[in-house]
Amino acid sequence: MAGSDHIGARVKEARTAAGLSQQALAERVGVSQAAINKLESTPGASSRKLVEIAKVLGVAADWLATGGSGDRPKTSAPDRTAPALPQDQQLELYQRMVLVREAELAAAEVFAAGEIPGFIHLSVGQEGFAAGITSPLRPDDTIAATHRGHGIALCKGVALERFFLELLGRAEGLCAGRGGSMHVADLAVGMLGANGIVGGGLSLAAGSAMAHQVRGSDAVAVACFGDGAQGEGLLHETLNLAALWQLPLLFACENNGWGEFSPVERQFAARIGEVASAFGIESVCVCGEDVAAVAAMTGELVAAIRAGEGPKLIECHTHRARGHFEGDPQRYRSEDDQQAWLEKDPIAYSEQQLATAGVVQAQFDDTRADAKARVAAAVEQARRGTLPTFASARAGVYAPAGA
Amino acid sequence: MTVAGVRFGKAIGTALADAMRADPAVVVLGEDIAEAGGSFGVTRGLLAEFGPLRVRDTPIAEAAIVGAATGAALGGLRPVVEIMFMDFLTLAMDALVNQAAKAWFMFGGQAPVPLVVRTPHGGGLNAGPQHSQCLEAWFAHIPGLKVVCPSDSASAYGLLRAAIDDPNPVIFVENKSLYAAAGELPEPAPSLPIGQARTARPGSDATVVTYGACVATALETADRLAQEGLDIEVLDLLSLQPWDEAAVLASLARTHRLVVFHEAVTAFGVGAEIVARMADVGFDELDAPLKRVGAPFMPVPFSRELEAAFQPNDVALEAALREVLA
Repeated sequence: MAGSDHIGARVKEARTAAGLSQQALAERVGVSQAAINKLESTPGASSRKLVEIAKVLGVAADWLATGGSGDRPKTSAPDRTAPALPQDQQLELYQRMVLVREAELAAAEVFAAGEIPGFIHLSVGQEGFAAGITSPLRPDDTIAATHRGHGIALCKGVALERFFLELLGRAEGLCAGRGGSMHVADLAVGMLGANGIVGGGLSLAAGSAMAHQVRGSDAVAVACFGDGAQGEGLLHETLNLAALWQLPLLFACENNGWGEFSPVERQFAARIGEVASAFGIESVCVCGEDVAAVAAMTGELVAAIRAGEGPKLIECHTHRARGHFEGDPQRYRSEDDQQAWLEKDPIAYSEQQLATAGVVQAQFDDTRADAKARVAAAVEQARRGTLPTFASARAGVYAPAGA
Repeated sequence: MTVAGVRFGKAIGTALADAMRADPAVVVLGEDIAEAGGSFGVTRGLLAEFGPLRVRDTPIAEAAIVGAATGAALGGLRPVVEIMFMDFLTLAMDALVNQAAKAWFMFGGQAPVPLVVRTPHGGGLNAGPQHSQCLEAWFAHIPGLKVVCPSDSASAYGLLRAAIDDPNPVIFVENKSLYAAAGELPEPAPSLPIGQARTARPGSDATVVTYGACVATALETADRLAQEGLDIEVLDLLSLQPWDEAAVLASLARTHRLVVFHEAVTAFGVGAEIVARMADVGFDELDAPLKRVGAPFMPVPFSRELEAAFQPNDVALEAALREVLA
C-alpha cells in the first residue's frame, strides 16, 4: 500500500489501523481531540507531538513525518501500556536472557568446531521474547516453539545439560539424539518442541489448549510463531479454530523482521494484530527489546486467558542478530541491518534499566560469569555424553502398548 | 451372544461410544460430526451423550483439525478425528507425516501420540476424482503411522477399539460402500489386535490377499470358482501397516500361488509391497508369478460407465486367478 501523502493522512492511516479513535489517540498523546482532527484533515500540518503520536501508534516517527519509501507502517500499535515489574522479577528476566545468550554463543562456537551436526538457528538479539513470553507460565502451561526455539526451551525449564546433550546428538539428550536443535522438547516441563516446519507448532499448541480445556484445567497453551509463518495457511486456520472454541491459547508472534532470507514486508501484506482482530482475538504489540514490557504484557494476557477470556495474541518486535541459520553469509542483508540489533539489544537495554534502578555493574558481570560457567559445564558434560545406538533408535519408531 | 444385522457404520459408532464411556480422554472431532452426526451418519448420537467438550464440530480446516488433534494427543487426550473423505487428508499431511508420525521417535519417546484418523476411501458413488481415492499406501509408507482397514462390522468395531487404545497415530480407513452393509457383532464385541490378518476363507489352490470392501468381492469370486473345483483361500489383511507378513507367507506356503487384490491404484501400492516381500522371502514357495489386481494408473473417473470400468472387480480377479492356476 502506498503511504498517504501528508502527515495528517499518515497519522489517520496508522490510527485507523491501530483501531484507535481520535479521542483515544488524543488522550494518550496529551492533546485535544480537535488537534488530532485538525492535523489529520489539514495537508501541510504537523505536530510537535509527532514522536509521541508515533510511539502510541507503533510506527516510526520519520515515516509519519516523511512517508519514507511509501510503505505502510510495519508495526502494529501497542494499545496498552505494560505495568511496571518489581525489580527482583526484572533481574530474573535479565538472568534468563543472559543464560540464553551465553548458551547460544557457546552453541555457535561448538557448531563452528564441527561438534554439533546439521544446522542450528540462533535467537541472539531476540532473548527478550523468550524470557518475557515464558515468564508468567506455570509448569503445567504448555508452549510450542519455532525452529529458532532454544530460548523458549531454556526459559520454559528445560535442563541446560540435556539441551546441550541433544544439540551434540547424544543418547542422554532431551530427545535421545533423534531430534537435535530443531526439535528440542521436554514435555515434562510443558515444552512441546521446537519445530522444523514453519508454523508447525501452531495447531499443536491449539490441541494442547484443547486438552487443558477438556480437562477443566486453567492451564494455558502458547503458540509461538515467527513473522515468516504469517503467510502460512495453518496460522489462519488455527486463529479461527481458537476463536470458535475459545481455547486457552496465547498466540505469540516473534517478529524479527526476516522470514529466512526475505524481509517481512515482502512476505506478509497484512498486520497480524489486524488479522487477529478480524477473528475477534484481542492483540497487543510490544517491543521485544524491553523484556519487562514483554513479560508484563504477557502476564496480563495469560491471566485473562486463565480467567476464561479465550485466545489472545501478542506480537513482539525483535531484531535477528545473526543469519537465518548459523553460517548463513547473509548476502541479502545490508551491513547496517546486520548491526542494527546492537542498538536494540534486549540485554543491554535491561542493564540500562536495572542500572537506573541502582543495580551495579558487578552484578551484571557476576550474572554473565555465572551463566558462562554453567554453559561451559553443560557443554563439557555433553561432550562426555554417550553416542546413541542405531538399534535403540530403530526400536523407537512406535510407542509400545501401554505407553 | 451375537447381534445380527449391525451395519458397518453403526458398528463404528458403537465402538466410538463404548471407547468414550470407557475413557474420558477419548474425544471426537471433525467436520459436521456433532450436530449433523457425520456425513455418513457414523457419529450420530455422540453429542447428546458426551456433550460439546468431547464431541466437536470443526470448521472446514483439515490441517488445523489434525494438527490440533495431534497436540491434544501429546497432551494426554485420545482424539478420534473424522476426515470426511480420504482425499481431504492431502490438506493435513504436515500434521500427520511431520508431526504426529514422528513425535514419539523425534522426541526420544517422551510422550505417545494416541491419535486416530477415521476416513472413508473408495469409489462406487460416482463421486469423481477428488472424493473417491484409495490413498492408504501413502500412509503405510510413513514410519510412525499405523494403517488399518476393516472389512465388516465386527472388524470395524474391533479394530477401532484397538486403534483408540493404541499409543500411536492410526489411520482407520473405511470403505464407503461398506457403511450400509449389515453384519454380525458379538456382544460384548472384542478388540482386534492391529497387525493380524484373518483367513476369511480357507483354500488350497491359490491365495487372494485383500482388505476392506474387496474382501467380499474376493469371497464371491472364490465361491464361483469353487463350483469348478478350484479351492481359493482369501486372506483379509485388516491391517496394512504393520501387515501380517507371517500369515501371508504361511498361506503362500500352502497354496504356492498368490494374487493381491485391492481397489487402490496398482502402481506403487500396498500390493507392490506384499508382492515384493513374497518374491523375496517366499521365493521357494512360488509355483506361479505373483500377481496384483488393482485400479489402473489414472484418476478415478466420474461417469457411471467410466468408474465401473476403472474399478477392479470380480472379473479381473477371476482372470488373474485363472492365470496363476493355469
